[in-house]
Amino acid sequence: MKLHEYQARALFAEAGIPVPASNVAFSASEARGVAEEIGKPVVVKAQVLVGGRGKAGGVKLAQTPAAAQEAAEKILGLTIGGYPVEKVLVAEASDIEREIYLGAIVDRDARRILLMVSGEGGVEIEEVARTNPSAIHREYVQPSGVLDAHQGRRLGFMLGLDWEQVRKFEAIARSLVELAVRTDASLAEINPLIVTPEGELRAIDAKVNIDDNALFRRPALAGLRNSEEETGPERRARESGISYVKLDGNIGCMVNGAGLAMALLDVIKLQGGEPANFLDVGGGADAAQVRTAMEIILADPTVKLVLVNIFGGITRCDEVARGVVAATTGLDRNVPLVVRLVGTNEEEGLEVLRDAGISAYTGMVDAVNEAVSRAAA
Amino acid sequence: MSILVDADTRVLVQGITGNQGSFHARLILDYGSNVVAGVVPGRGGQSVHDVPVFDTVEEAVDRTQPNCGIIFVPAFAAPDAILEQAAANIPLIVCITEGIPVIDMIPVCHRVKAAGSRLIGPNCPGVIAPAHKVKVGILPGQMHMPGPVGVVSRSGTLTYEVVQSLSASGLGQSTCVGIGGDPIIGTSFIDVVDMFERDPSTEAIVVIGEIGGTDEEQCAEHIAANVSKPVLAFIAGRTAPPEKRMGHAGAIVSGGSGTATEKIEAFERAGVRVAAIPDEIAAAVRSTIS
Repeated sequence: MKLHEYQARALFAEAGIPVPASNVAFSASEARGVAEEIGKPVVVKAQVLVGGRGKAGGVKLAQTPAAAQEAAEKILGLTIGGYPVEKVLVAEASDIEREIYLGAIVDRDARRILLMVSGEGGVEIEEVARTNPSAIHREYVQPSGVLDAHQGRRLGFMLGLDWEQVRKFEAIARSLVELAVRTDASLAEINPLIVTPEGELRAIDAKVNIDDNALFRRPALAGLRNSEEETGPERRARESGISYVKLDGNIGCMVNGAGLAMALLDVIKLQGGEPANFLDVGGGADAAQVRTAMEIILADPTVKLVLVNIFGGITRCDEVARGVVAATTGLDRNVPLVVRLVGTNEEEGLEVLRDAGISAYTGMVDAVNEAVSRAAA
Repeated sequence: MSILVDADTRVLVQGITGNQGSFHARLILDYGSNVVAGVVPGRGGQSVHDVPVFDTVEEAVDRTQPNCGIIFVPAFAAPDAILEQAAANIPLIVCITEGIPVIDMIPVCHRVKAAGSRLIGPNCPGVIAPAHKVKVGILPGQMHMPGPVGVVSRSGTLTYEVVQSLSASGLGQSTCVGIGGDPIIGTSFIDVVDMFERDPSTEAIVVIGEIGGTDEEQCAEHIAANVSKPVLAFIAGRTAPPEKRMGHAGAIVSGGSGTATEKIEAFERAGVRVAAIPDEIAAAVRSTIS
């Protein structure tokens, strides 16, 4: 789950990471009000969940409240990366002597939190990794989740900060790691962390992504979810424990298991078809879950037929078959079904389908070929 | 022969009274595995499918000497279940549970290792060794048959897909291992490929990977330098859009890294043939085995 900059900044402030005064505004006049409260030159920044705001004209400096209002007016009319800008952050502007990157991610290979810094602040870390990998310095956090002070100092000295600045940097680095652990962040990033001409360190941007698996124990964070991160069907799917990603084709797909679902999309494309979606009904899906999944797939008007590919393991074929039958009886849309069903309780499942007059394939490629040719007809 | 499990495997099922735990304990027993104990706090003294249930893993170990544990408890309790098995010195721990917060697995993996145990998963289908009629997992037993192919995969159902086509071609399996679809897992591709390399009953190895992370790339490099047996690979997610989590918490192309293309190229550089569709794997394996 992605947070907006203004939401991430609030988490930073709580964690004791220095951030300039700021507030979010939903209209140009609100933006003016925030600029008046701050009483200094401000930066007005589009709040969207995609990168590239600066290049898209979504970040503007304003010397006065009137200029802030004007800037907000322009930014609130923009669409960035397909997302209409609905809110802006108005933040006290800072004088910048240098920019640093500081980010914490969960490193899969090391099975630890990895803290990364680079002297090339303001540039995406992936870009630095490609163009100037030696500019990136790393510290792996102990499995307990606490950054040792000496690790923070080392990174500070690697960046060439002076001793006073290193002390401030080390505190920020430790706070960022603490924040990542406390919020179950898969990414917590300050880019840039700036050094002012007075030698102060400040986070002037904030990015935090939260692990979806952990939201059950972080209700306050779960409440921060932004509706633009997902479409209506994606939201319904998530709330039902289903993974759904909308794609561009016309073959609706229902699969159990993420790997098999990805493989099915690959095979459909290879056979000349176009999948309408990725959908994993989840391990151990029951009939009700399958029915919900079918409704989500069919809510997409571009779906011409539905290809069901189930390989029972923890999921039982008979449950899936009952869900498929329940979902397709009493529907307004008469969408053809191509079903492939094998695995746990296969016989019982096939019997349920037979009773409902639905025939099933046992081979995936056969089922895909049938679906592709019928979708093209 | 096989890897990880064999005829001497004595299984403990944690969460045996739950819906999934009880259903799959039945299937594990039916396949032929020796299930010696169940553990559910507060249910000690009961039995499920004639398997005695204990309140703690420690007590189950004292009374029934399991050497392998499988976990079917919900995500919020699963990290503790893994640690409880490691604390009781169970050498092989298989965690089926999906949806565990990723950060929880950091200390758990390190503590399991420090205790000298091996963790398979989480978010995995487990392990099956058809020649010994032993499974510690949720893989459907009927499609497996004994034979020379070692299978290792990040996926569950995609593994079944591949195994079914192997068996249909008369290619049985020495052992199949699902290592799990989460970002942080206890056992990597390299760990399992090494075990297959050393296992005399395994003649060819099938690696089933997917988008996200770089475990496949590292495995490819490792194979080039260390593995003499033929290896075939399949990578799911060639057509997956970037920055979208494709079901598995670990299956995401992020910042241009973790793509299927990179993984396929890494395997091909290592001299490993990569199948375009799962059905091709069997024929490719057949061509490598005399």
